[in-house]
Amino acid sequence: MSYIKPNFRHPRLPENALGHTVADYDGAISTLCAGCGHDSISAAIRNACFLSSIPPHRIAKVSGIGCSSKMPTYFLGKSHGFNSVHGRMPSVATGASLANRSLTYIGVSGDGDTASIGMGQFVHLVRRNVNMTYVVANNGCYGLTKGQDSATADHGSISKYGEVNSFDGIDLASLALLQGASFVARSFSGDKEQLEPLIRAAMGHNGFAFIDVVSPCVTFNNHAGSTKSYEATRDHLDVMPLDFVPMREEIRTQYSEGTSKSVTLHDGSVIYLHKAETGFATNDRTGSLTAIQKAKDDGRILTGLLYLDPDTQDLNHNLKIASRPLNELGKDELCPGSKVLNSINEGLR
Amino acid sequence: MRPTDTSDPEYFHRVVDCQYACPAHTPVPEYIRLIAQQRYSEAYLINWESNVFPGVLGRTCDRPCEPACRRGRVEEEPVAICRLKRVAADYKDDIADRLPKAGKSNGKKIALIGGGPASLTVARDLAPLGYEMHLFDAQAKGGGFMRSEIPSFRLPESVLDEEVGYVLDLGIKATFNTFVDSLQSILDKDYDAVFVGSGAPRGRDLPNLPGRNEADKNIHIGLDWLANVAFEHVKKIGKRVIVLGGGNTAMDCCRTSRRLGGEEVKVIVRSPFADMKASDWEKEDAIHEGIPILDNHVPKEFVVEKGKLIGMRFEKVEAIYHEDKRRELVPTGDEPVFVPCDDVLIAIGQENAFPWIEPSTGVNFTSSGVPVLDPLTMQSTRSNVFFGGDAAFGPENIITAVAHGHQAAVSIDLFCRGADLKVRPAPDVTLVSQKMGIHEWSYDSEPVDGKREAVPLVELEKALKNRALEVELGFDLETAFKQAERCLNCDAQTVFVPSNCIECDACADICPTTCISFIENAPEPELRKNLLVPATNEEQPIYVSEKLKTGKVLVKDEDVCLHCGLCAERCPTAAWDMQKFFYNTAKAAPILGDAR
Repeated sequence: MSYIKPNFRHPRLPENALGHTVADYDGAISTLCAGCGHDSISAAIRNACFLSSIPPHRIAKVSGIGCSSKMPTYFLGKSHGFNSVHGRMPSVATGASLANRSLTYIGVSGDGDTASIGMGQFVHLVRRNVNMTYVVANNGCYGLTKGQDSATADHGSISKYGEVNSFDGIDLASLALLQGASFVARSFSGDKEQLEPLIRAAMGHNGFAFIDVVSPCVTFNNHAGSTKSYEATRDHLDVMPLDFVPMREEIRTQYSEGTSKSVTLHDGSVIYLHKAETGFATNDRTGSLTAIQKAKDDGRILTGLLYLDPDTQDLNHNLKIASRPLNELGKDELCPGSKVLNSINEGLR
Repeated sequence: MRPTDTSDPEYFHRVVDCQYACPAHTPVPEYIRLIAQQRYSEAYLINWESNVFPGVLGRTCDRPCEPACRRGRVEEEPVAICRLKRVAADYKDDIADRLPKAGKSNGKKIALIGGGPASLTVARDLAPLGYEMHLFDAQAKGGGFMRSEIPSFRLPESVLDEEVGYVLDLGIKATFNTFVDSLQSILDKDYDAVFVGSGAPRGRDLPNLPGRNEADKNIHIGLDWLANVAFEHVKKIGKRVIVLGGGNTAMDCCRTSRRLGGEEVKVIVRSPFADMKASDWEKEDAIHEGIPILDNHVPKEFVVEKGKLIGMRFEKVEAIYHEDKRRELVPTGDEPVFVPCDDVLIAIGQENAFPWIEPSTGVNFTSSGVPVLDPLTMQSTRSNVFFGGDAAFGPENIITAVAHGHQAAVSIDLFCRGADLKVRPAPDVTLVSQKMGIHEWSYDSEPVDGKREAVPLVELEKALKNRALEVELGFDLETAFKQAERCLNCDAQTVFVPSNCIECDACADICPTTCISFIENAPEPELRKNLLVPATNEEQPIYVSEKLKTGKVLVKDEDVCLHCGLCAERCPTAAWDMQKFFYNTAKAAPILGDAR
C-alpha cells in the first residue's frame, strides 16, 4: 500500500480519439497489497477504456464487497460508481441498466462476491442478459479475511496454512455458459496483451459479457502448492490470443488465412482470434464447455474468448424498455395524459 | 539489446543528470537534500570538496546542470540548482575548522602560474598531501578572471576573498603582482612540476575596421576594460555606449557601463538573438537594466568626426542555416545603420596567449595557439608541465577550470610519485538502500508540484548607482526549502534484481510516468519504439534487465523517471529497491573524508 501518487505524467503520452491520455482514466492510488493481480486488472480496464475512446463520464462502475470490489476506486476516477452490498451488485447493475441504458456498465466482483454470497444474484444477471461487462478477479481465496479457501479454489490446491482443498472449485466460466451467457471469456491478470482486447470486446458486446480473470493473491495464495499463484498460472496457461479492432478504426493488420478467424460485433467492431487451427469455435456453446472441461482434465487453464453470440438481444430490448434513458424523458412523455389513457383503454375493450 | 551493466558506476552516474552534466561532477541532489534539512554547512562542504568555490559559483556559474535537470523534462523548468548552491554558501556556519590543513611536507615543490580557479584547485588538492605550492600571479590578489572580469555587482569581493582565502590558507606560498614572463625561468628553479593556469587573457580586437586607429581613445577591449574597472583604474564611461559582442563578457560590459555613467547603452551583435553565446539569464538581466540588444548587425566602420568617435555603422544581415548546420550571415541589402555613441567596448571573444613560453621548453602548441595536451591527464608535451582552465583548450568557464584543476592535481601527484598517469584513481562510489519500512524511504520520495521561483533583485535605481552593490539578493530560507523540495532525488536509484521478479506488472501499472515495460527483447532502436511510451530521448539511457522467467525483459526508460519509489513500494518481492548513489570524482587527496 502506498499513499501518494505524484501528479506528473509522461509528457509524451499518446492521446485517443477524444484527445484524452490514459492518465484521464486513472483513479486513486491503490490500497491493495503490493503485487496484487487486481491492480493489473484495474490497469487493463483503464487501458481498455482509453483505447476504446469511451468518455469517462459515460461509464458506470459497479461492485460488491471484497478486495476485488475495492478496485473501482483505483481506475476511472471521473466515472460514475456504486459500491453495493456483498453479492448484490447484480441487482444494482440491472436497475441501473434499465434506468439508463446509454451508459457503459463495468461490474467488478470477486470469487467470494460472485461464487459464494452473490451466486443467486449472479445466475439471474446472466439469465437476464443485462448489457454490461462483468469481471471476476478470481484468486481462489478470501484475501480480505486472511486467505481462507473460496468457492473457486481448485481441488487439491494447498492453502497458505498447509490445508489441501478437498472440494471441487466452481468454474464460473462454465456456469455462465450453462446459464446462457452471450459472451464468456477467461484471462489472467498477468497477460494484459490478452486481457485488454477481451475487455474492449466485452464493452463493445451488446449483452452480458463475462470475463473470469485469474488474479493471484500475492499475500495469501502465491506460494508453492497453490494452483492460482503467478508461477502455477503461467505454467498451466493455454492461451488463445486475440485482437480487437473497433468499428471506426481502419483494419491495418493482415492475418494470414487459416491461423486467424474474425468475429464481427453488432456495432461493426471486429475481434480477431488467433490459434484458429485448433478448431475451436466461439459460436459453439457445447464445444466451448467441452473444451474448458478437457483443458481442466489436462491440468491446463484455457484462456481467451470462449463463447460469443454477437447477435444476442439484451434485457432492455427483451423488456421493450424505452430506447431513451429514463432521465432523458420529460413529464409529457412519462405522463402522456388522459387522451392517451383513453386510447389505451379503448384498445382493451 | 544486451542487459545493462549497473555494476559500472557510470550507468547510475548518467542517471543523475545534473551531476553528470557538471564538469566537476558535484553531487547536486546530495547537497540539495542537506539544504532541505537545514544543514547548510554540510551542503557547503559537499560543494567545496567538489568545486572549491561554492559561493562564487552559486552566483556566476554557467550552470550546465540546469538544462540537464530531469525536472525540466517532466515539467517546464529545472530546479534552481545554482541559487541553492548560493543558499548553502550564504547560510553556512563558520566552517574554517572543518577544512583540511597543509600536510606534512613530502619534499616536493610545485609551481602554479596564474592565480585563477584552475591553479587554486590544484593548490587545494595537493597542499594536504604535503606538496609545497608556489603560486605566481600578475594581479594584487588571487582569483584570476573571477576577480578581474566578473563585476562585483554579480560577485561581491568579500565572497571571492573568503573562498580564495580558504585555499591560500593551506600554506600556499603566493607571489602576487608578479607577471611570469618566462617559463624557462620557472623551470630553472627545479620545481617537481609546473601547472599553467594563466587563462585566455587576450581580448579580440577589430584592428582592420575603418576608423579603428583614429578613434582608439574611445574604443576599449572589454576584458581589459573590465579589469581596469575592477582595479579602479577606470571609473567612468561616456553617456552613449555601444558594446559589441553577444557573450557573457559583453553582458558584463554593458551592465558595468550602466553603473559608470552610461545612459544609452546598447549591445550590438552580429548573430540572431537566439544564437548569442551569453546565458539566457544574463541576457535577461541586461534587458532588465534597460539595455537594448540589437541583433543581426555586423560592424562596418567606426565613424570619426574631427578626430573624435561619433558612432558606428552596421550592415544588417540575416542568418541562413544550411543543412550541415553551418550558419551564414547574409546581408539584407538594407541601408547601413548608423548608431551614435561616445564609447565602444569590444567584447567579441578572447584568445590564449603564451608569448612567455619559450619553444625551447619543449611545450608544443597547435596551429590555433593552444597547447598540445593529453585531455585525460592535462599533461603537455613536456612531461612535468601541466595545463588547466582557459589556458588549456581555450575559453570555457569557472567550473570547467575547477574540473581541469582536479585532473591536473591527480596527474601531478601520480607524476611526482613516478606512477602511470593513465591509470586514474576510481571515483568514490556508494550505493545504499533507502528502505525504512514498507512505504517509507530515508529520502523525501514525494515529487512535489512547486514551481521555480525567480530570485529577488535589488531595486534597479539603487543597483545602477553603486557598482559594488550585489544585484541578486539570493533566496531566503523559506524559498530555498520550497525549491530544494522540487529536486527529484535522481540519485535515489531504481535498482532492479531480475531473479526476484515474479512479473506481476505492479511496477509497470503504478509508474506515474509510464517508464517501465515488460516486453520481448529486441535491438535497441526497436526496443525503444516498442515501449509503452516510446523512448525517443536518445540522450537518456534505457535499462534492460536479464531475461525474466517468461522470456520477456524488463525495460526502464530513464528519461522521465521521477525517482518516487512507487515501483519499489508496489513490488511484492523487493525486486526493486531505491538505493542512494553517491559518486565523488577522485581527487588527488581525500579532501574531507569523514568530516563530510
